[in-house]
Order: sequence, then structure tokens, then C-alpha cells
Amino acid sequence: MSTYILKRFLQLIPVFLGATLLVYFLVFSLPGDPIVALFGDKPVNVAVAAKLREQYHLDQPFWMQYLLYLKSIFTFDLGQDFSGRPIATVLGEVFPVTARLAIMALIFEGVFGIVFGLIAGLRKGKLFDATVLIASLIVIAIPIFVLGFLLQFTIGVQLGWAKPTVSSAATIPDLILPAIVLGLGSFAYVLRLTRTSVIENMNADYVRTATAKGLSRFQVVRVHILRNSLIPVITFLGADLGALMGGAIVTEGIFNVPGVGNRLYRAVLSGEGPTVVSIVTVLVLIYCLSNLLVDLLYGWLDPRIRYDS
Amino acid sequence: MRFSRTSKALGMVAIAALALTGCGASGSATGSGSNGGDTSKVILADGSEPQRPLMPADTNEVGGGKVIDMIFAGLVSYDPSGKPVNELAESIEGKDGQHFTIKIKKDQKFTNGEAITAKTFVDSWNFGAAAKNAQLSGGFFESIKGYDEASAEGSTVDTMSGLKVVDDQTFTVELKQPESDWPLRLGYTAFVPVPSGALKDPKGFGEKPVGNGPYKLADGGWQHNVQIQLVPNPDYNGPRKAKNAGVTFKIFQNDDAAYQDLLSNNLDILQTIPTSALKNFKSDLGDRTINKPYAGNQTIAIPEYLPEWSGDAGKLRRQAISMAINRDEITKVIFNGARQPAKDFTAPVLDGYSDAIPGADNLKFDATKAKEAWAKADAIQKWDPNETFTIAYNADKGGHKAWVEAVVNQLKNTLGIKVEGKPYSTFKEARNDATAKTLTGSIRAGWQADYPSLYNFLGPIYKTGAGSNDANYANPTFDKAVSDGLNASSVSDGNKAMNKAQEILLNDLPAIPLWYQVAQGGWSDKVTNVDYGWDGVPLYYNITGK
Repeated sequence: MSTYILKRFLQLIPVFLGATLLVYFLVFSLPGDPIVALFGDKPVNVAVAAKLREQYHLDQPFWMQYLLYLKSIFTFDLGQDFSGRPIATVLGEVFPVTARLAIMALIFEGVFGIVFGLIAGLRKGKLFDATVLIASLIVIAIPIFVLGFLLQFTIGVQLGWAKPTVSSAATIPDLILPAIVLGLGSFAYVLRLTRTSVIENMNADYVRTATAKGLSRFQVVRVHILRNSLIPVITFLGADLGALMGGAIVTEGIFNVPGVGNRLYRAVLSGEGPTVVSIVTVLVLIYCLSNLLVDLLYGWLDPRIRYDS
Repeated sequence: MRFSRTSKALGMVAIAALALTGCGASGSATGSGSNGGDTSKVILADGSEPQRPLMPADTNEVGGGKVIDMIFAGLVSYDPSGKPVNELAESIEGKDGQHFTIKIKKDQKFTNGEAITAKTFVDSWNFGAAAKNAQLSGGFFESIKGYDEASAEGSTVDTMSGLKVVDDQTFTVELKQPESDWPLRLGYTAFVPVPSGALKDPKGFGEKPVGNGPYKLADGGWQHNVQIQLVPNPDYNGPRKAKNAGVTFKIFQNDDAAYQDLLSNNLDILQTIPTSALKNFKSDLGDRTINKPYAGNQTIAIPEYLPEWSGDAGKLRRQAISMAINRDEITKVIFNGARQPAKDFTAPVLDGYSDAIPGADNLKFDATKAKEAWAKADAIQKWDPNETFTIAYNADKGGHKAWVEAVVNQLKNTLGIKVEGKPYSTFKEARNDATAKTLTGSIRAGWQADYPSLYNFLGPIYKTGAGSNDANYANPTFDKAVSDGLNASSVSDGNKAMNKAQEILLNDLPAIPLWYQVAQGGWSDKVTNVDYGWDGVPLYYNITGK
């Protein structure tokens, strides 16, 4: 088991190098000179521009810039963004906010998706099942920003139940509405995934055996149906955590959440290479780690799964 | 009913007590604003994250600019109409337009207690200009003698020879050449004084700037990407005294979110109504809106380095393009009145503006004359019918697509040529091609005045070799006319000369003026006394609670 985990951690190294290299290259090849853009419509002061290029290593060729960036990572100094602040500080500000948002969305889609999916699966073909299926289809079909603006306007502006944008502290109550919007799409998938899985398992031999043994309905559902149905759902949720964190850009924009997406969007527009790469790298690492966690959870859910070491 | 003497006296005491508590910061509904209103209200306004540390000479964009403007005071500030009023200056005198003697008021201090003397100004300006300090707005000092030496690439000179301290309250400025409108520029944020600590550690200072303006940054007031909190500076005694208990700029990534906040009273004032709300905002907000022209305009620059657009044929073609655009229609249909059709190259709020400069007819829609001009140009040099005329714009912000498409259609319909909009995905990409002079067609260009002067709309954009001369326009007659204007002995003579210079531009049309910018903002029902300045920025210091 521990060798398995160690192996997985070692695999992170090439993933990390590959991701940083690729993203750095993409930002590097974005058209336009970020230093020229700093001057806006104003004439470019050549001396000032040269000084700034030197400061941000923009006068170096691509490989040199990339190596300097790698060096900065290993010395735990990620460099500075254009407003002169350490990128590490910036990461420390934005990631907790987005992590909070993504975890809240994950809890929302996980809890509601599994519960609704389970009920729908157990009552296949009944009214509840049909309603939930149609509702989830609608949610999947409508783009997330439409849902976002709709909920913001109805719940935030007209009904006044929540603030239309997030306050400066981005507290948990503030984030409820954005988290629901962020999680809605995945909620529908989780629901459908659970439902299908439950329906399959209901016809399985071991479920029939368990019922024949005289186990209560509750025990059959909990131990034999639900637990076995969760494997594909957990895989989806694990992969979704990374996707939620990176994909929060739209939701963060609508509700003005001061998180990763907002900062990343601004960094891409202004061409702040090191900021973009640092944020994306952390996102990649989170994605890899949440996948590792999912793989470990398989063993707990289904003891037949063994890890090769 | 009659009052006895004693009850009257008691009544007076009670009224006085009420008035006193009202003036205190108790949050009661009465106050002492100029037009009434609650002075104990903290105003929630929209802002954007400053691009650079909050150093005055390093800030050239709106997000940081409006904060700097509020926490610093310079020699002069501009009143709502754009007229300079003395702030720290006692007097600014210059007879020949080249040598100025500046006297500053006594006993002026930064909020950290440091005194502001003539030396403070000279040191601050020298710092801003010197290349080694890499300040983005360093170019604003370019007229001062010795700027070239200090600002050259790799230069170690860190003072300008044109600045001399005479005594604690006086310093003199020598310019490279006479520029009669130079004192007008002194209200721009690059010219404010900064404390000595700022020069030693600009980066640290930029995080927690200490100024001398009507407001100061609250303790830990700049929460990056979230908000910037300003509180009134009690020691400030200039013309922009705060009439509220502070201004908090909430940072927004997009105006739409800010507008939703305004609708639900979570935001007190929104500087610019987003394009998506232009149709509804008047019914949403009632009379809590403003529609006021400010010193900015929009043009289409057509580079003269493109062969089809050079020489006499090029000039005729540019006139044809200009007369083929129906500005009235676009400002009404696309902008719902949020723009005003242009009648010159400057802006109507400026001193000296005229809407009847000879040649302004070239900016009027006239399909017949446009076709004639195009035909005349074709007689000189045939336009290849397969060629497409492009109008480039940045698609990342500003909402330019709609009007560019409208102009494209009008040109197609009137002139019968191929026209296309050419979106650049980001502003920086568009600027890159414009500054490198590698454009393949025209490009939209907007100009916001830095200081209220006609020259600011002409010199920096159309003079030969000027830094923002995207069109690569070069005309010695125009250059001469502009410098005549700068050499004029009085502002009004100068303005006349500037409008003479505009006659040349209206004929040559290096860029095609489209419309003037109009500030369209709105506010919540919790605030009152809202007005906008000449630059389209709300006068935050004047806003009070209801």
C-alpha cells in the first residue's frame, strides 16, 4: 500500500514538470507584449519598458525564462506579479476562497446528487424518477452562466434572499448561492450516474441473495446497493473537484468572488506568465491529488480491489 | 400656544444637543453636507484592482488612478468643469511660458506628519522621471529641461536640470521650450508630491501609500482583488474636503455583477452602467442616474504607412469613409444616447471647444459626397475591388464589437466596398501591432484626457513622431500650428491657435472622429449629491448619505 502511494507521488514529478512547461510555453506564445500593454494608450517609454522587461525576465529567451521560473519554485520564491506583490502571497489569498467554493459545491452535488439519484433509482419509472430525470436534463442543457445570471437576478436582486455578489470576506453564507450554481451541472450528472448504477445493482445476484437471507430493506439498500453503486460516482466526484476549482471562472465572474478564476483571468489578459503558471500548476497538483485519493477510496468501497505494489 | 421663556430656552438647548449629536459620527440622519445629506455615510463604490503599486508616477490606469487622486493632493486640482484650482500651490507664475516660479502654501503635511516643501516636489518629480526608477507615467515630465538626460535608457542621472529649489516654499521650473498650457497639466496624478519614504522603498510604499489628499488609506485598507477602503483625512483643508465618512471601492471583475449589486442597494454608486443594462437602467433606477459628457472621444485611426491610404488618394478616401458614417444613427441606436456625435478632434467639456470649426462638415453623414470623394480617389489610384478594408478593435473589454459592426455595414452600403471588423482577442495584442506600426488596416482608438486641455487631444496623438501617433501622421504645417498654440501668450489665444490646427486635421483626417464619450452612471437610493467631474469620474468627496 505505502509503496503504491509513494509510486503515485513520484509520478507527480513528471506531471508537474510537463504541466509547467506546457503552460509556460502557452503563455509565452500569447500574442502581444505585456509591458507595452501596461502603458495603455499612452506612448511607450522605451527606457522604462526595458527596465521592466529585465525585472520580469521578459528580455530572456523562452528556455531561460522557464529555467529561471523553475529555479524560483525550488527556492520557494515564485517571483512577483505586475503590482509588485509576491505570487506566493497572491496564491495564499485566492486559493482558500476558491477551495471553499469548490468544496461547498462538491458537498452540494455529492449529497443531493446521491440522495436524489438513490431515490429515483429505487423508484424507477415512478413520478419522482420522471420529474428528477427531466429536471436534471434541463439543468445539463442550460449553460451555467445562464443559470448563474438567472439565480443571481431572481434570488439576489428580486427576492433579496442573498446578496447578488460575494462580500469582501467571502464567508460561507455568501458562497452558498455561487456554490449551488457551480455545482448544479455536476449535480445532475451525479444524480443520473447514481440512478443508473442503483438500477443495475438492484438486479444483481448478491442483492437478491441478501433479500432472500431476510435482511431488512434498509440494510440491503445501504450495504449492498448503495455502497456498490458509489464507485463510479466517487470517480466522478474526485475528478470533479479539480474541474470545479479550475472551472469556477464563470461562476466567480458572475458573483464577483475574489478567487482563483478571477485572478487567473486577469493574469492571462495582462500576460503575467509566472502568475498564470503558478496558479495552473497548483490546480494540476490538486487534480492529481484528488485522483489519488479516489483511487485509495476504491479499496475501501470494494475490498476486491487490490493495489499492486 | 405660547412658550414661556424657560421652555423656549430648554427648547434651544434640545435643538443644540440634537445638532451636536448629528454632527458627531453617531450615524444619525442629520449632518452638515453642503446641500444637506448625511455626512456619516461610508460610500460603497465600484473599482478595479490597480495594475501597479499605488505610486503616483507609476499609475496610469483608472483603477489605481482614482484612488491616487483621492489620497494625494497636488499643486492644483480640477473643479467639476475642468478648471484648475490651487490646492497646495500659493501661486504658479510664468511670463514666457517656459520659466515658471511655483510657490507652495505653508504648513502642508502628509498624513504621517512629514512636511511638504519645495524640495518634496522637486524630489518627487525627479524620481518619477528618472529611467532607473521605471515609473510608467514618467513621460509626463518630458517638457521639463533635463528630462531627456534623466530618462534615457540606462541613464544614471536622477535629477532634471530644469528644477531648482529656491527656498522651503518656492521652486522654479524651466521647460525645454515654451508651453503655455503646461500649468494646466499639474493637476494630473503624476505631479503630486510623495513623502521621502516612498523614494527609498517605492514598492513597500505602493502597498500602503501615505498622502496628503482629502482621503487616506485605512489601516490594511487595500485588500487585493477585494476592496480598497479610504477614510477622510481630517487635516486636509483644500477644495475637495470629504463630505462623507469614507469611500470603499469594491473591486469588480465585470460591470454586470456591479450593476446587480447596485440594484439591490449593496453598492452606492456605479461609475459606468454596463452595456447590457443600457436599455433598462433608466427604468430600473429612475432619477438616480447621470448622463454627462466628459473629456474623452472615440476615433478610427487609419495608418498612412498603408499605400492605399497615403497621399491625395488616401486623404480623399478617408474623407469618404468619414462622410459615409452616420454618427447620429449609431449613437442613438447602438449607444442609446451614451455617446454624442463628434464635431471635432477634442471634447465638448474643454475650455476653447468649438463645434463649428471649418472642415467639420467632413464629419457629417452625406452619402452622395462620400461616393463622390471615393470616386475622385479612384481616379487618382484605383481601389482593388477584392481588397477588404478592416477596422480592428480589442474584443476583451469595452464592448466595441456592436458599433464596429454598425460602421462596417454603413461603409459597405454607402461605398460598396468590402469592409470587415477585425477583432483582437486582447487589448495588449492590438496595442502591440499599433505601436510596432504593423497594422494592416484601420484601428479603433480612444482617448481620455489626462488634463483638461485641447492640446492633450492633439499634440500627443497627431504631432510628427508623437508617442501615441498610431496613424503615423506627419504634417509640418500641423506641427507648426500646434506649437504656435503652445507659444501663445494667453490660454484663449492658445485655444484659437489649437482650433486652427484642427482645421488641418479635419481636412487630412489621420483619424476619423466618431463620437464623444458620455459618462452614464447610477446610484442607490441611500446616497445623494452625486455629480461627475470633467473626466467622467464621480466626485466621490461630494457624495453624502440621504
